[in-house]
Formats: sequence, C-alpha cells, structure tokens
Amino acid sequence: MTIRLGGMFFGLALVGVLLLWSFLPDTLKYSTPEKSPYYAFHEDKLPPAGGFSFDGLGGKWDNQQLQRGYQVYKEVCRSCHSLKYVAFRNLEELGYSEAEVRAEAASWEVPGLDEYGEATLRPAEPTDYFPSPYPNEIAARASNNNALPPDLSLITKARPDGSNYVYSLMQGYVEPTEEDLAEAKELGGGVEWETPVGLYFNEHFYNANIAMPPQLYPDLITYADGTEATTEQMAQDVAAFLTWTAEPTLVLRKQTGWYVVAFLLFATFLGFLSYKEIWANKKPKKKG
Amino acid sequence: MTSTYDTLEDAGVRRRDWIHIAAISFAGVAAGTFVIPLVSQMRPSKDVLAASSTRVDISSLEEGQSLKAVFRGQPLFVKRMTPAEITEAKNDDSASMPDPQTLAERTDPANEAILITLGVCTHLGCVPLGAGVGENKGDFGGYFCPCHGSHYDVAGRIRKGPAPKNLEVPEFEIAGDIVQVG
Amino acid sequence: MSFAWANQYEPKSDFTKWIDEKLPLPRLIYNAVGAGYPVPRNLNYMWNFGFLAGLFLVIQIITGVVLAMHYAADTSVAFGSVEHIMRNVNYGWMLRYAHANGASFFFIVIYLHIFRGFYYSSYKAPREMIWLLGVVIFLLMMATAFMGYVLPWGQMSFWGAKVITGLFGAIPIIGEPLQVWLVGGYAPNGATLNRFFSLHFLLPFVILGVVILHIWALHIPGSSNPTGVEVKSESDTVPFHPYYVAKDGWFLGLVVAIYAGFVFFAPNALGHPDNYIEANPLSTPAEIVPEWYFLPFYAILRAFTGDLVIPLTGIVLVPAKLLGVIAMFGSILVWFFLPWLDKSPIRSGSYRPLFQKFFWVLVVTMGVLTFCGGAPAEQPYILISQIATAYYFLHFLVILPIVSQIEVPKPLPFSITEAVLGKDGEEPKPISAAPPPQSGGGDLPGGALQPAE
Repeated sequence: MTIRLGGMFFGLALVGVLLLWSFLPDTLKYSTPEKSPYYAFHEDKLPPAGGFSFDGLGGKWDNQQLQRGYQVYKEVCRSCHSLKYVAFRNLEELGYSEAEVRAEAASWEVPGLDEYGEATLRPAEPTDYFPSPYPNEIAARASNNNALPPDLSLITKARPDGSNYVYSLMQGYVEPTEEDLAEAKELGGGVEWETPVGLYFNEHFYNANIAMPPQLYPDLITYADGTEATTEQMAQDVAAFLTWTAEPTLVLRKQTGWYVVAFLLFATFLGFLSYKEIWANKKPKKKG
Repeated sequence: MTSTYDTLEDAGVRRRDWIHIAAISFAGVAAGTFVIPLVSQMRPSKDVLAASSTRVDISSLEEGQSLKAVFRGQPLFVKRMTPAEITEAKNDDSASMPDPQTLAERTDPANEAILITLGVCTHLGCVPLGAGVGENKGDFGGYFCPCHGSHYDVAGRIRKGPAPKNLEVPEFEIAGDIVQVG
Repeated sequence: MSFAWANQYEPKSDFTKWIDEKLPLPRLIYNAVGAGYPVPRNLNYMWNFGFLAGLFLVIQIITGVVLAMHYAADTSVAFGSVEHIMRNVNYGWMLRYAHANGASFFFIVIYLHIFRGFYYSSYKAPREMIWLLGVVIFLLMMATAFMGYVLPWGQMSFWGAKVITGLFGAIPIIGEPLQVWLVGGYAPNGATLNRFFSLHFLLPFVILGVVILHIWALHIPGSSNPTGVEVKSESDTVPFHPYYVAKDGWFLGLVVAIYAGFVFFAPNALGHPDNYIEANPLSTPAEIVPEWYFLPFYAILRAFTGDLVIPLTGIVLVPAKLLGVIAMFGSILVWFFLPWLDKSPIRSGSYRPLFQKFFWVLVVTMGVLTFCGGAPAEQPYILISQIATAYYFLHFLVILPIVSQIEVPKPLPFSITEAVLGKDGEEPKPISAAPPPQSGGGDLPGGALQPAE
C-alpha cells in the first residue's frame, strides 16, 4: 500500500514538473523547426539509370565497371584521397591476374627505409596497402584549404545511401536555381545565400558548401577498355568501385543469403508440420 | 491421461514420424553448417596467407655469397655456391651422414648453384652461423650452430653434432632472377 | 517439478543410470525443459520469446567470443581491427554482421517478452522474483549493448560514450569524480575502450547466470498462461517435451530466417552510417543517436528541458540534466515496483477491458518515444517527448493502481481446460487406436476431469 501511494505521489510530481515546464510560454513553439538556409538546396540522391549492378537481392559485381572505377580513382582521386583499408592484392578480385596485380602495385610507391635507415619511397608489393597522398593530417589540411579529404575505403558505408550519394555528389556541382536561392534567403532571415570563397556549391553535400572542387569533366581520362569517359560514366564507375572498396564481400554476402534464408524457411516449414502433428490431439475440434 | 506420444515407444517408429525426423535432420544440418564459420575463422586470415610467401631477388647475389631473408617469420638463407662447393657437395652425396640426401634432392636442377634453406638449426631452433661474411662456417665449410655445436656442410646437410636433420629446404620456384619461396 | 502428475525421469540405459547417480544433470534437464515439466496447454506465441531471448544470448556469446579472437581494443587499431575482421578473417564479415544484428534481435525479442509480461501481468504473485530478476537482466543487457557499441571506435561509438558517461556528471556532489573514475580520464579515451572491452566480455556471462536464476525461479510456480487462471489439474497442462519443444522449434526457425534476412541482405539497416567513420574527438557528428533499442530512454532523457527551481527565487533544486537522468533510469526502475503497483486479482489483460485500453496506449507511447529519440532535439519533437514521458510515468505510477481498483473485469474461465475445450468440450480423440482410459465415477460428461479442490 505504501509503495503504491509513494509511487503515485512520485509519479504525479514528476509528471507535474514535466508538464509545467513544457507548457511555459517560451518553451512552447508549434511552428516548424528552424532550418538552416542550406536545407533549401537539399536534393534526393539519385541512382544511375537502371541502378547499380550490385543493387537488390540478386546483385552482382560488374568487373569491367570496377576496373574503370579503379582507373578513375588512380587518375583523379588518389592525389588527395587515401584508400588505406584496401591492399593491392585485393585488386585480384576485380579480375586482374596475379602478375598484373604485382605490376600494378609496383607502379605505386610506398614509404620504406633505405640502406642507411633514412625514410624513402619504394615500389609497392601486393601485400602493401594503398598509400596516403599526405604523410599526416596537418599536411593534408595545409594543401586543401584546411579541409581534410576523407579516406575513401568506407565512404559508401559511411554515408546514408552511400553508392547513390557518391554518384550524385560527383555530378552535383550545379548552379543553384532562382527558387532555391529565394527559399534560402527566407530561411536565412533575409540574408542572400553566398558560397564562401574557397568552397564550392554542391546540391548533394549536406550543407551545400563543399571544399572539394569539381573533379569530373568529360573525357578527363581515357578508359583502358575504350568506354566513353562522360562525367556521368566516371561518376557511376567510381561510385561502384568505392562500393566494392567499402564491402568487397557484398555480392558473396547476398549470394550466401539466398541459400541460408531458403534453407531456413524450408526447415521452418518442416518444423511447422512436425509441430502440427504433435499438437493434433490437443487442439479442440471445431464444433459443427 | 496418456497422450498419443506416450504410446510412441510402444508402437515403434511410425510412418507419421517421418516429419519429425525430417524436421530434426534439417535443424541438425543448420546447426552443423553454423559451426563451419566458427571453426574456419581460426584458420589463417587472408592477410596472413598473402604474407606467407617470400620473394628474393638474386640478380646481385655473387658466387660464394649468401643472403638472409625472412620466410613466414623465420630466417631464410639463400646461397649461390661456387663451382668448387658444388663439386664438393656432390662428392659427399654418398658419404655417411645422419640424414643422407644428395645435392640434387636439395636444389633445383636448372639452378643447382642456388641453395635455399631455412636458417633454423634442426636441433633446438637456434640460427646457425655461416651465412654472413666472416661468420664461422664450421668444420665442413657450410654452417655452424654455436648453441650446441652442429656442423652443416656446403649443402646444408648435418654432418656432425646433435642436430638430427639437414637444414630444411622449403618449397621454392626460381624464375629468372626471382626466387619465390612458399 | 511442481505438479504431482509430472512425468518422472527414468534413466533407460546403464550408462544413464550411472550418470543419474553421480551427477543428475539429465534429470535436471528432463525436469526443466523435457517431458518432466508440465506447462499450461494454452500458451500462445507471446510465450515463445523467452526461449528466443535465450537463443540470442547464446548466439551473441558464441559470435562474440569468436570475434574477440581478432579484435584489438586499442584506440589506434580498434577500428582497423574491425575492418580486418570484415576483410581478412575467414567468414569475418558474416560473424561481425551476425553479432551486430544479433544485438538488435536480442532487444526485439526482449521487448516482446517484456510487453507480454505487461499485458498478462506475469509479474504478479507468485512470480514476482522472476520479474525482478528479469528487470536485472534487462539492465545488464543495456550496459552490455552500450559498451559493445563503443568497441568499434567509430564516431557514434565515441560520441555515444561521451554523452552517456557525461550523464554521470549530473549526479550531485559525487558526479564529477564518479565520471572521471568511470572513464579513466576526462573524455572517453584508450583506458575507457579497454575497460569497456573487458566488461563487455564479462557481463554476458553474468547475464547467463541471472538467466539461470530467472528460469529456476520460473520453475517453482511454473508458467503463467493467457487466461491468468492457474493450473488446476493434469488436463490443464502438457509436458514441455515434445509439445513446446516443437512449438519453440518451428517458431525459432522463422525468427532465425528473418534474422538471416537482415544479416545477409540488410546488415547495416539498423545501424548508423556515422559509425563507419573513425572516431574523431575534435569533430562532433551532426546528430548523436544511440542504437534504436535505446531511443525511448534517450527521448525520456532529453524531454526534461527546464530546471526544477523554487518559485520566485532563482534557486535551482534539480537541474534539467539531472532530472533527465533520474527519469531515464526511473523509467526502468519503475518496472521493479509493478508487482505492488498493480494489485488487481485478475492477471490477464484479456479479461480486463479498461486495463487493455491503457496497455495499448502504453505501446503507442513507447513507439512515439522511440521515434522522438531518433529525431533532432528540436520542436515539435521535444513537446511530443514530454507528453509521452508524462503519460509513461502516469501509466505505471497512477493509472495502473487506480484501474486495478475500479475496473470491472470480464468473467474468468473456470480452468485452462475449460478455456481450451469450452464448457462441455470434448478432448479430441487421440490418434492412436487405444480408447481413452475409462476412469471411475465422478467425471463430468465430456471428459473434463473434476477440478482439484
């Protein structure tokens, strides 16, 4: 009895505090939450036409695309972005032979020591991981207007809807529309939208001001397999490549999943029949 | 009140029981399959397997010279024998020794001057001397283990001392100037 | 164990006889989950979740021990060691996803198990001890899950740790030193990570011990059932084996199939992308969100925006942060008092129409709190959280005691057998050729046995 009374009293007190304070004049705001001006420019991420080859329950890698994407990384992105969780030997999964991988690795340089113990660069081996373009964060920021180019190994898992995000972002360097500018001005309390000097407008970046300058232009690189290097193509290929770097086992996971789930559902069905048989004489018959 | 099931054992396995046997079998297979990743994850991981072979460039290895490398965490001796050493090794092929082996059994016939052995004494695991310049090569001109006095000949075969076996020759392949071990 | 008609264990072979004399473990299992444990025959699927919770505990322990063979709890390598598991360790990706999603499924199952307890008043006498042990298990689970999420040392790991350990600083007088002691520093750091790894490894085995006590306590009165009417006679029960082994067995297949669906096809759906970014103490993520199973409590924590002051003076009695902490822990501690707050003699919500309505309002409230916990700390979510939190405490502390006094329950069935078979229900004929045993006079027509007085 005491517990109940005590509980009721405590409950009413707590509730009273809560409701009293929540209904005080300055905490009561029913208007829509204040948004920052950059919300005006928010665009949904778009997938490429037809989606990616690895999308959906039956997704598969398109090795040709991944190889093209690797070429984009190598010729465009590697100057600023590291790929530290990927080893050269992993490239064999893209369809390269062991010898090709060894040659590819040897065309990169990784830090090592010379015979005097001084720091130097040596050709990479397949067991090495992709080197970082900068020795440390301070150097990276110094070269990039105080922005840190993120490591790209996991980028498509580190952003919501990551594969489509990378695809959209790389093509998102557009001019803001008049309507969006007007809405941004309204949200910003009458202040004109301005992209600060040193940053670039991108309609898919979370606050629309990205430190990375536009990177992809038509025919920026010449694909080894002869595919036309449009901006859209390169964006798609590099997004696919980065999806692979983030999760090399993605396709294997989905393929294994089919077997596991199908087996389990069938086993469940058998189990259900077994259960029904065991309970047959315990369930009452329906009255006629 | 007895249930149907209590009379089961009296009746023996009935036709109706196949569903129970089937259901339990499938559950058993599921459980067994679940064990596979649990056991397999302890096998060497991909990075360990990738680092499990060693490549050595012998283009600058001169006659009579040895170099030391690392193979699976252990020392590796790669020696280019002089013609005199090759002859000596072949002559001793039939000599009495604790672990008889011919030179041909220990080298690649196309590169019989290249001797590749682990630098681990087969007695108790010390690293023998003889691969470096000026090191004691023992009574047979090969390797000498200072720990307990095992003497190996020019072909790495145990000739004197407590070691029971010749220096281990790992699996290797020579392509041009590159030796791939493991 | 507790019922007179329970089957008795009889060792069949010489070997089992020998074991039974020296260490009666097979007998224990027989009496606990075998043919020697009578269980009400009318349990519905809401009773499956206890077993499933045990299953997920075992899955977490097995996958966890195996992952611990490859994980390194040092801040410079922790994130990398998890990537090593994902990329290099054989089946590492599968084990990691199984463990991460296993935690989510453990909580899904436990919430269903707890809400079964709320609806059917499983916490009432004589089962109070089972309930109290259960709340202890839940608290241990929360601690374990929280520490486990810190281990990958991603952005959410670090900042979640920062926020939650920061709460301890709200405790008056001892708060600051307590927080520094807990963290081993002034912000989560290497020492924090190491101790969280050690404790995360330890606690599941503590949970296992409390689970054994929980099941032991259950076997004294035996399971409750959806009518809330206690077992009266043999016809009210069936032996656990094979009836509930079969029922638990097939349903577990279904749940594991759904679990596998998540592990293999949507392994990151219940997680947060920010945890794939390495922890950076100098950069706060746009929103710090705990895992979904903590969201209702997070909403309660953030609902308190005003300090408790003495009116007309400026004196702060209880700062808002501390109020939030008290309410958050209070929201679970209140469950400990349920057996004494709800004194209705009727157990099952099926026979308590007024209680039923409030129960569903509680369910909706938890849903609302979950949603608000994941929303940004802005209006209108703050106001909604406040109303929902108010209802939550009102429900347990005020509504339940009052409802249990004033409501008019529906008439209960006389017994479980009556509920299953109806008043003149006939037990279905057994499938075997043998006719039902002829019992002496005194049987009611229709085969239902005389109730035991």
